[in-house]
Amino acid sequence: MKSDQSLDCVGLYCPMPIVKTAAKIKELKVGEVLEVVADDKGIKLDMPAWCQTTGHECLGMEEKGGEIRVFVRKKHD
Amino acid sequence: MVEKEKLTIVLFSGDLDHALSAFMIATTGASMGMDVTMFFTFWGLNVIRKNEGKIRSKGLMRKMLNMMNRGGSKRLKLSKFHMFGLGTWMMKKLMKELNMPSVDELIKMAQEMGVKLIPCTNTCGIMGISEDTLRGGIGSAAGAAFFLNEARQSKVTLFI
Repeated sequence: MKSDQSLDCVGLYCPMPIVKTAAKIKELKVGEVLEVVADDKGIKLDMPAWCQTTGHECLGMEEKGGEIRVFVRKKHD
Repeated sequence: MVEKEKLTIVLFSGDLDHALSAFMIATTGASMGMDVTMFFTFWGLNVIRKNEGKIRSKGLMRKMLNMMNRGGSKRLKLSKFHMFGLGTWMMKKLMKELNMPSVDELIKMAQEMGVKLIPCTNTCGIMGISEDTLRGGIGSAAGAAFFLNEARQSKVTLFI
């Protein structure tokens, strides 16, 4: 999946990936896609929950070799 | 934009583990676009007391209390397995190894994210904790009515 920006959260545990995503998403324009790379499995449930609350769109995930890539489309400012 | 959902947390406990949970939920709430307020009462006040500075409370009993109960985010103990400091030291070391933020760092993060930290006026009075012995950026002390008014409007209210 293609993304406009990437955020490296490898080695970080809850709540840091979410906290960093919330800060990073501000740098994107509406419609752009942010890729978050993490290795804490919690993100698989946390990111869709974050998206549901904040109104951004969780496009999907890719898991490979212990790394999880989550793609989030910014829906509003 | 729609009005922000509110999250209100009462931190009653001054234990390291309880404080960690409270601040993790608070920073996550702020990241989720929620309007977060935290109230600190009884032992929870220790979490937002300054780590440095002398004991300045008035009266023998309060001085004694605050000698035994110094407070400060770096002096918190685990609720279990403190073991005269050994358990707490080990837990902090393990957390550092995993790059987890300390309570002190979480408090700073929460403040940067706009989480409101409110000390309880009543317990400040009992324990002889003046506002200048609390860390910077703390809101002015408030009572139960203020808390209830916040909680009444909150989607989520937690007592930790």
